[in-house]
Amino acid sequence: MTERFTKAAARNIFYGGSLFFFATFVALTALSHNYIVNTSTNKKTLSEAVVRGKHVWEKNSCINCHTLLGEGAYFAPELGNVWLRYGGDKDPEGAVMALKGWMAAQPSGIEGRRQMPQFHLTEGEVEDLAAFLEWTSRINTQNWPPKLSG
Amino acid sequence: MKYESQKVAIYYFAAAMGLFGVQILVGLLAGTVYVLPNTLSELLPFNIIRMIHTNSLIVWLLIGFFGAAYYLVPEEAETELHSPKLALIQLGLFVFGALAAVVGYVFRIHEGREFLEQPLWIKAAIVVVALMFLYNITMTVLKGRRTVITNILLVGMWGIAVFFLFSFYNPANLSLDKMYWWYVVHLWVEGVWELVLASILAFLMIKMTGVDREVVEKWLYAMVGLALFSGILGTGHHYYWIGTPGYWQWIGSLFSTLEVAPFFTMVVFAFMMVWKSGRRHPNKAAMLWSLGCAVFAFFGAGLWGFLHTLAPINYYTHGTQVTAAHGHLAFYGAYAMINLAIITYAMPYLRGKQPYNQILNMWSFWLMSGGMAFMTFALTVAGVVQTHLQRVLGMSYMEVQEQIALFYWMRLGAGFAVAVGVALYLYAVFGPAREERPASIPSSYQPAE
Repeated sequence: MTERFTKAAARNIFYGGSLFFFATFVALTALSHNYIVNTSTNKKTLSEAVVRGKHVWEKNSCINCHTLLGEGAYFAPELGNVWLRYGGDKDPEGAVMALKGWMAAQPSGIEGRRQMPQFHLTEGEVEDLAAFLEWTSRINTQNWPPKLSG
Repeated sequence: MKYESQKVAIYYFAAAMGLFGVQILVGLLAGTVYVLPNTLSELLPFNIIRMIHTNSLIVWLLIGFFGAAYYLVPEEAETELHSPKLALIQLGLFVFGALAAVVGYVFRIHEGREFLEQPLWIKAAIVVVALMFLYNITMTVLKGRRTVITNILLVGMWGIAVFFLFSFYNPANLSLDKMYWWYVVHLWVEGVWELVLASILAFLMIKMTGVDREVVEKWLYAMVGLALFSGILGTGHHYYWIGTPGYWQWIGSLFSTLEVAPFFTMVVFAFMMVWKSGRRHPNKAAMLWSLGCAVFAFFGAGLWGFLHTLAPINYYTHGTQVTAAHGHLAFYGAYAMINLAIITYAMPYLRGKQPYNQILNMWSFWLMSGGMAFMTFALTVAGVVQTHLQRVLGMSYMEVQEQIALFYWMRLGAGFAVAVGVALYLYAVFGPAREERPASIPSSYQPAE
C-alpha cells in the first residue's frame, strides 16, 4: 500500500471492477438461461404433471432431507437420478408403482433406521411427483452423479 | 459509546443471541437424529428440524448485522440515528416474523426451497423490514460524516435486500429455479455478506488498534474488491451439475479458487493492524473474537471451500458430508464470529460498564471454536469416506451412512462442546457484570477511541 496508491484509486477499482464482473456474470447467466430452456432440459416434456410434481416436492420440503442434483440436506439419498435407480427408464409403470408402494409404507418404524415421514399423498400426487422426478432425471447434468448410487 | 441512539443495538444483540440459542439447541437435536434416528421422528421430522436450524441461523446473523450497523453507523457518521423508534419497530416486526415462521414450520406451514422456506407473507415482511432498515441507515449516513466503512456497509446491506428479491422468482423449470436460487444464496454469503463482514472488521480494528483510518480504509477496499471480483463469477462453482453449460466448470473453478484471497487478506489485515499499533485495548475478549473471526473465516470459508471447489473434485464430493463440513465452519468463522466479536466489543459500552467477564468470554471462544473445528474434522473425514464408497465404488447411500456412523457421534459430541461455549458466552455478555480487577488493567492499556 504505497502512498501513490490513493484511496480514490482503490475506490474506483472496487466499484468499477465489481460492476464489470457483475455485468459479465449477468451476461453468462442469460446465455445459460437460454441453454437450459433449449438444450439441457426438455421443454416439450415439461408438462402440467411435472409442474404439479415440483409443487408436491416443495410443499413437503423434501429438500430438507434429500439432495436433488446434489443440493439440499445430506440426510437422505440423492433423488436427481432416483428414477433410474427405480428402473423407470426401462419400466416407467413399474417405477411409479414402486414409488407408490414406498410412499405408502413410510415411516418404516424400524429401530435405528432413519425415518421418512408419512406425507399422506394422494395417488395423483405421487404420479405427479414421479413425473417430476422422471423429467429431472433427463436433465443434462454433465454426467453427474458419477454412479447410479447418487 | 457517544450517541444515545446507539442503544437500540442492545435489543438487536439480545434478539440475535436468543435465536442463536434456538439454532444451537435445534442443531443438537438434528445431530441426535443422525445417531438415534427414531428421535421425535413422527412429531418433528428431520426436514422440519433442519429448516429451523438453518433459518434461525440466517435470521440471527441478519439481526446481528442490523444491530452492528445501528451501533457503528452513528459513531462513524458522527450523528444520532435518523429514527431510533423506527429501528425498534423494525426489530419487533422482524422478530415477530421469525417466530411466526418457526411456529409455522412446526405445523408444516412452509414453502419448499432450501433456506427460502418462509411463507410468502413472511418473505414480503422481510422486504418491508429491509426497507425500514435501509431507509433509517441511509438517512443517517446522508446527514453525517461519510466514511468508507459506512459506504461499504451500505452497499452490502442494499445488496442483501436486492438479491433477496430473487426469492420471489420460482420458475417451473428446475434447472432455472436452481440457477436463480443461487442469486440469493451465493451472492449473499459469498458476495454482499462479505462486505458487511469486512466493514465490521475494519470498524473493530480502527477502534481497538487505533491504526490510522486512511490505512484501514485502503485495506477495506482491497478486501471487498477481492471478495466481489472472485465471488461474483465464483457463483459458477454451483453451476457445474444442475443443467447449466459446461463452461461454468472452467469459470467456477478459476474464480472460486480466488475466493480464498479476500479471506487471506483479512487475516493479514487483522494481524498487521494489531502488530502495527502496539497499543492494547482493554477488551481482550473482543480482540480475540476479531482475530479469531479472520482466521476461522480463512479456514472455513477459504480453505474448506477450496478443498472441493475444483470441478473434477467436486464431481465426486458434490452434496456429501464434505459440503456439510465446509458449511458449518464457514458460517461459524465468517459470520457467527464477526457478530460475536462486535457484540463482545459493544456490550460493555451499551451497558455502561468496564469490559467485564473477560476470562469467561475467552473460555467460551475456545470451547465454541474448538468444538466447531472438531465437528468440521469429523464431517470432513465422514465426507471423504462417503465420497469414496458412494461416488467411486458405487455403494448405496444408506449402506454408506452406516459405515460413517462413528463420525456422526463425534459431531454430536463436538456440538455439545459448542453448546456449552454458547451458554458461557451468553452469561459472559448478558450476565451480572463483574468489575474488572484493577491489577489486570495496567496503565498502558488504553482504548484507541
